[in-house]
Amino acid sequence: MSEQRVHFYQVGSFAVGNRLLSADDRTVQSSPHRTNSIDSGHRACQGCGEALGARYALDAAMRATNGQLLAVNATGCLEVFSTPYPETSWRIPWLHSLFGNAPAVATGVAAAMRVKGRSDVRVIGQAGDGGTVDIGFGTLSGMFERNDDVLFICYDNEGYMNTGVQRSAATPPAARTATTDVVGAEPGNGFGQGKDLPRIAMAHDIPYVATATVADLHDLERKVERAMSFRGARYLHVFVPCPLGWGSASNDTIHLARLAKETGLFPVFEAEHGVVTNVSRIRRLAPVEEYLKLQRRYAHLFGAKGRPDIVARLQAIADANIARYGLAPERGELDNREDA
Amino acid sequence: MLRQLEGSKAIAETVALCRPEVVCAYPISPQTHIIEAIGVKVKDGSLAPCEYINVESEFAAMSVSIGASAAGARAYTATASQGLLFMIEAVYNAAGLGLPIVMTLANRAIGAPINIWNDHSDAMAVRDSGWIQLFAETNQEAADLHVQAFRLAEELSVPVMVCMDGFILTHAVEGVDLMDQDTVDRFLPSYEPRQVLDPDDPVSIGAMVGPEAFEEVRYLAHLRQLDALDYIPVIAEEFTALTGRPSGGLIHPYRAEDADTIVVALGSVLGTIKDAVDHLRDGGERVGVLGITSFRPFPIEAVRVALANATRVIVVEKAFSLGMGGVLATDVSMATLGSSAVLTTVIAGLGGRPIAQHSIESMIGQAIRGELETLTFLDLDEGIIERERARMARTRRSGPFAENVLRDLRHNREDRS
Repeated sequence: MSEQRVHFYQVGSFAVGNRLLSADDRTVQSSPHRTNSIDSGHRACQGCGEALGARYALDAAMRATNGQLLAVNATGCLEVFSTPYPETSWRIPWLHSLFGNAPAVATGVAAAMRVKGRSDVRVIGQAGDGGTVDIGFGTLSGMFERNDDVLFICYDNEGYMNTGVQRSAATPPAARTATTDVVGAEPGNGFGQGKDLPRIAMAHDIPYVATATVADLHDLERKVERAMSFRGARYLHVFVPCPLGWGSASNDTIHLARLAKETGLFPVFEAEHGVVTNVSRIRRLAPVEEYLKLQRRYAHLFGAKGRPDIVARLQAIADANIARYGLAPERGELDNREDA
Repeated sequence: MLRQLEGSKAIAETVALCRPEVVCAYPISPQTHIIEAIGVKVKDGSLAPCEYINVESEFAAMSVSIGASAAGARAYTATASQGLLFMIEAVYNAAGLGLPIVMTLANRAIGAPINIWNDHSDAMAVRDSGWIQLFAETNQEAADLHVQAFRLAEELSVPVMVCMDGFILTHAVEGVDLMDQDTVDRFLPSYEPRQVLDPDDPVSIGAMVGPEAFEEVRYLAHLRQLDALDYIPVIAEEFTALTGRPSGGLIHPYRAEDADTIVVALGSVLGTIKDAVDHLRDGGERVGVLGITSFRPFPIEAVRVALANATRVIVVEKAFSLGMGGVLATDVSMATLGSSAVLTTVIAGLGGRPIAQHSIESMIGQAIRGELETLTFLDLDEGIIERERARMARTRRSGPFAENVLRDLRHNREDRS
């Protein structure tokens, strides 16, 4: 029997689909039995993409592991806003050691479970982009290379937001941060720098690498579940807008995450053993201006003294991503189509 | 049974008897033989169950140990010198979290100038980290201290560092009486953590603590160190009862009861100092030795009692605080507060320079005659120092001073030949 895939566009979000989906297709988060791994009452900013991403990722991991989950956290926003002494938001076992060692600590936790014969207990490491692509990079690469049984999740908000919005190696070109200010001939962050961690992870040939955004939480949950079906090192890179650091409206977090994907600036894909196996194609191709204009960190690119030349270079990056991963929208994408 | 063993091998054999569950390995001289030998045991299955993890840095070695220990596994690693400094953030973190990791520190100098040989600069660099630091005098004691270290660490939830002199002990082959598995098992029960990551009983470990409680949390850690002052002698006595060997404890006095002059030191140099003291005793001098086994916690009361009747205290140290002087001596001075004893510090053996018995004897002689300066560098080549100082005064671009010293040294030798 052929089945029809239905898109729900009425509110511009996939999330609305829950009410209309069969119970099996609903998100973990919509279930009254979700674990609330990171509970309400934490100190994240309004509209925090990281809090949302972590909540969905961890609850999905809890369901995938039947509640047998241990989490290791790097220093950063997620750590700070979730454990203001003497409170904790964590309803799962949670360990924070340092900024740059979460992957190695997770390796140790996984080793302890292995030596104790607890193959049912799984381990997640998590960090922001600074803790992943910069200070934690060495330990992350070591964990990948040894293929330790850890799912490492990077919540990427493209900078050191906890310390006051400084540049990381995940900060995009032209973006204003406190250490890449909008002065001089090349305002904001420079071009031609930075680390593309998902591709670096793939180069380690680990079993599973995926990217996701908080605009598609079904997809995020599915990728966490998929990651948990593998043994060995796995990497999930989640795009999480930061209203504070980006100078965006709190209610634009989901919108910005979607635009990052729909412009091609943030490719959403999955890879197994170093090979891309699935890409989320763009549904409605958007120019990068649409994404950039909603963020004060790019304000210097627009207006009377705007820099259309820099916007064009950012568009070229998006175009290159679209070509590299084959993200261009299919013809007739907006029509109902057979499920791929 | 007494066996002729390299120190590192004796440590590896003993650590294996302690049934570590996670061992991290990263090579750095002079500890490498230890982790190599443990690696063989894990790979051939004679040490099981045990996860042996080849990590990418010392920072990862300590971090993996932190994760393993927090998840309830007995964790061990070994390092030295630059390796200890590279992991230092995690060293402090392990202690702050109260994780009973045991680590061998094969003491080695810290660069620059890079130097692979023995001194105690590395151990002193983590003096305030919250680790218990035990110093071994011999390979026998180093081996025995590891068994006691696991017991101590796990009982108190504090990490323990067993310090043994690099090369002088790690690479020396001497007789070591290895324990058997049954004896170790009787002494060392399986690890029962105070805190553990457990899906059935979730806790948060490593939360942020602000000014409202930080002092109390740190004070509790200090109290655990003070508890160790009580507990270290207890387990040493128990160990002696089990093995017949007087290993461990807080301090090791030697011919100190009636001594006017007491030499205080850490580690293997105590052997040389004891020989010197025996020789001087033969000549009628009332000299003695005080070996410090537990450097952290520092047994201030035991040291005070041991030095109570001395009129001269000489602290011999293989490390120093630049711009200040002795590190151990500063601690000893706190123990001799109010005493009329004259305290002098002798820095010796830096970067592996041999500490000869005749140098020690002549230094003690100077002290007895009241000629020893408050801070003395043993066997210092004053000529070399003056030459480089003069060069620096003469010209702005005098060049890298370590290389200048080496060049001057070569010229001196050529002049002599």
